[in-house]
Amino acid sequence: MSDEGLHIFADEAEDLLASAEQALLRMDNLEDEVDTLECVNEIFRTFHTIKGAAGLFGFNEIVDFTHIVESVFVKIREGIITVDENMVSLFLANLDHLEYLVKIALSDEDHMSVEVKKRDDYLVGKLNAYLAPTAIGVDKGAVTEPKKEELRAETEQEGASKILARLDDRLDESDGVVSGNWHISLRFGPAALRNGMDPASFIKYLANIGELKSVNLIDDSIPGWAEFDPESCYLGFEIVLVSSNTNKEEIEEVFEFVLDDCHISILPPHSHINSYIQLIEDLPEDELRIGDILVACGALTEREKDHILNIQDDFNDGITAGGREWDAPLLGKIAVGENVVEQEVVDAAIKKQKDVQQQNTSSQQTIRVNALKLEDLVNLVGELVIGSANADLNARQLSDANLNEAMENLLRLVEEVRDTALGLRMVQIGETFNRFKRVVREVSRDTGKDIELRISGAETELDKTLIEKIGDPIMHLVRNAIDHGIESPAIRKETGKAAKGVVSLSAFHESGSVVIRITDDGGGLSKEKILNKAIEKGLVNENQQLSDQEIFQLIFEAGFSTAESVSNISGRGVGMDVVRRNIESLRGQVEIESEEGKGSTIAIRLPLTLAIIDGFQVRVGDAQYIVPLDMVDECIELNESLREKDGNANYLNLRGEILPFVHLKDMFRVKGYEGSERNAEMKDIEGRHRDNIVVVQFGGKKAGFVVDELLGEHQTVIKPLGKVFRNLKGISGTTILGSGEVAMIIDIPEMVSRVVNSEQKTFMSSKTI
Amino acid sequence: MQQQVSQQSVTGYLTEDNSGRDRCQFLTFELNGEAYGIDILNIREIIDYGNITRVPMMPAFIAGVINLRGSVVPVVDLALRFSELPSERTKRSSIVILEVEYEEQKLEIGITVDVVNEVIGILPNEIEPAPPFGTKIRTDFIDGMGKINDQLLVLLDTRVILSVAELSATEMQ
Repeated sequence: MSDEGLHIFADEAEDLLASAEQALLRMDNLEDEVDTLECVNEIFRTFHTIKGAAGLFGFNEIVDFTHIVESVFVKIREGIITVDENMVSLFLANLDHLEYLVKIALSDEDHMSVEVKKRDDYLVGKLNAYLAPTAIGVDKGAVTEPKKEELRAETEQEGASKILARLDDRLDESDGVVSGNWHISLRFGPAALRNGMDPASFIKYLANIGELKSVNLIDDSIPGWAEFDPESCYLGFEIVLVSSNTNKEEIEEVFEFVLDDCHISILPPHSHINSYIQLIEDLPEDELRIGDILVACGALTEREKDHILNIQDDFNDGITAGGREWDAPLLGKIAVGENVVEQEVVDAAIKKQKDVQQQNTSSQQTIRVNALKLEDLVNLVGELVIGSANADLNARQLSDANLNEAMENLLRLVEEVRDTALGLRMVQIGETFNRFKRVVREVSRDTGKDIELRISGAETELDKTLIEKIGDPIMHLVRNAIDHGIESPAIRKETGKAAKGVVSLSAFHESGSVVIRITDDGGGLSKEKILNKAIEKGLVNENQQLSDQEIFQLIFEAGFSTAESVSNISGRGVGMDVVRRNIESLRGQVEIESEEGKGSTIAIRLPLTLAIIDGFQVRVGDAQYIVPLDMVDECIELNESLREKDGNANYLNLRGEILPFVHLKDMFRVKGYEGSERNAEMKDIEGRHRDNIVVVQFGGKKAGFVVDELLGEHQTVIKPLGKVFRNLKGISGTTILGSGEVAMIIDIPEMVSRVVNSEQKTFMSSKTI
Repeated sequence: MQQQVSQQSVTGYLTEDNSGRDRCQFLTFELNGEAYGIDILNIREIIDYGNITRVPMMPAFIAGVINLRGSVVPVVDLALRFSELPSERTKRSSIVILEVEYEEQKLEIGITVDVVNEVIGILPNEIEPAPPFGTKIRTDFIDGMGKINDQLLVLLDTRVILSVAELSATEMQ
């Protein structure tokens, strides 16, 4: 089987397993029976699809296993077994196992390892326990035999199984039809001739593949002469082809050019009788007549024909008896391929399944794209942005009105292209959040706590790369919240809280970043405990003055854990430092709010995207810098009257608010560099220009940066600084300006916290003195 | 201009050396009046000096970064790296782009030089180890001393000079 097919299988299996997991977890919380049934159906379909696909690839372990799971679900659907919590757990375990089986199947290992086999047996045993009381007798041994069971297309409606059972009885006696020849049923569409297709040439070509045993012309659709259009094709053919060494694909290829406007059914030799039933149903002509033709051309024997028509009747009776209205073709769906062995039929069924899936995806209007292609696109758009900035700069110098107008148009389009390209990479965070339902369920069971996970802002969009990388840190924080945050039910009752703890995950956009909050209503962080522990570990001095935030941040230090007991979930003190490192590597920040006894909130702030941002260009000394525009609050002139009359303290009064500020020139030490050619020039400019302050805000904190000149907006393609600058803080990247020069992007989060902290320290130290 | 001259000498030398003798090829350049050589296998290209953007809060010997056809490449001020006085920028000042391997990745780093001279071939037996003392620059920067017409040429060890671990130490810490 082709690698591509395997990849599709792997991708689909992953998606399906994820959706099944969601359905299972939903089931866990539902009392409503209708909804539960829906979940059951969804999970059943998932297992079924995986089974079908696995069967196609010959992964028998998966087929066997899913079959048993499916059987249990059939029982649930019929109301024989009711779902309880243990069962959900069992199915979750089954999902994990299935995921594992898929992985094994995709690797080159031929057989399950002993360990996996053991688990397989254990789970199968458990599942069979559910099946046993009803004495249906689906045990492991029995399953392996009818492998093609997976082809039993989805028996979605309840009660269908009853009719199915009846059909089964009838069909048992007749395996496949006697005829050992291919049967091809052709109905050309009316446009065939107009499209330049000659029916005769196809049939002639068919003769190259095998011997045409019989060709029966079906002329039923030829209308009366009055309506007859000489350019339309009204012909149909029933063809019997003798060929031992062909396959369905090859025959299909013959008709490749007319597939679109032509109805073709190809039945392999010894097809199951049901295939013929379907064929007859699908054809527009009268059933009896088709039956006769099929007999005439040797595809069916007389007895087979009668048999088919009888089944059809029975089926109709069954429907009326059941008092339901069903579409007749459903019969075909239900019954196709009971014991059929031909690979061709398997292919056809799988193909159909694929088609249905394709329809589903197209209805959601999504396509799968290789992530690398997207990356290439975004990179190219980045180059486009830089290129257009360069073109713009040159156009301005020419000051040609028409050129400038055209340039303006172009720039607007480039901006749109940029936004759209970046939007392609945006994914809703909800899927990631949903993964944690499972985690919460398991951890809360392990710890004996009753916990509810609330999710909000699931529709918040975030760059795909970020989403992939943020999963683990969130996982860790959620586990921590449950293990350390939420108290045991007994303690909760004592403190007057509801026995059920709440952990909430929320996400929202805030000034150019995404904020993800993990909140629990547990015990909160004890500042005292943390401080004591930190002093004990030598992380801080005893007389060091620390703000609340600084104390909380201590829990991110390596090897720091205040949990008195170490559980298998957390408490080892590894992890929190990894969490912070991971988040910082994404240019993000972590903040903690906590109140003892009330709970804690950990907020992760991440940049929206890693590729292109709107920037605000400023000049400091002889260099240009970019400030992410989303973080710029306002720009003001540094006016002496604003400055607080407090010696040399660097803060000013901004409409009643205290705003700490720094001279970027001092911070970046732009002055004092010998050899900078433009230094002399600069002093000149400095004299003429008044200083400007760019007020930025990040995470609720504001700070001002004094710059020499404001240069306006700039579309900024972020180019990472290389390894040489890996220890550099305060600069988050570089970009290339229209002039071809490189400009630094200021790391606002880092700079703001630096300014705010240093101001706080000077403030505090001046107070203590 | 500068670029063309050096390019020519590179190709000129290569054809000349097809005789098959095992020579190492070195690009020679001048810095503060001293001649140095670098193995040309490490050299990517030579460009005119200019358009360097300083990166704040980095040691002085990091001259900054340049835009090299769309990618941002750091440039080391070699004179400052050698703890010498900064050299004067002239029309002949150039940036030599070198390739350095770090953590199994190839990095491009530029160095500033005063004048690029030529590419010469030196036989391995004409190269002597660096003297343990008495050199103007750190001895571990020196790969060896090449003898050409009784004159000594300092052959530089770019792996040490451009060691990412040393370059990435920031001023702040």
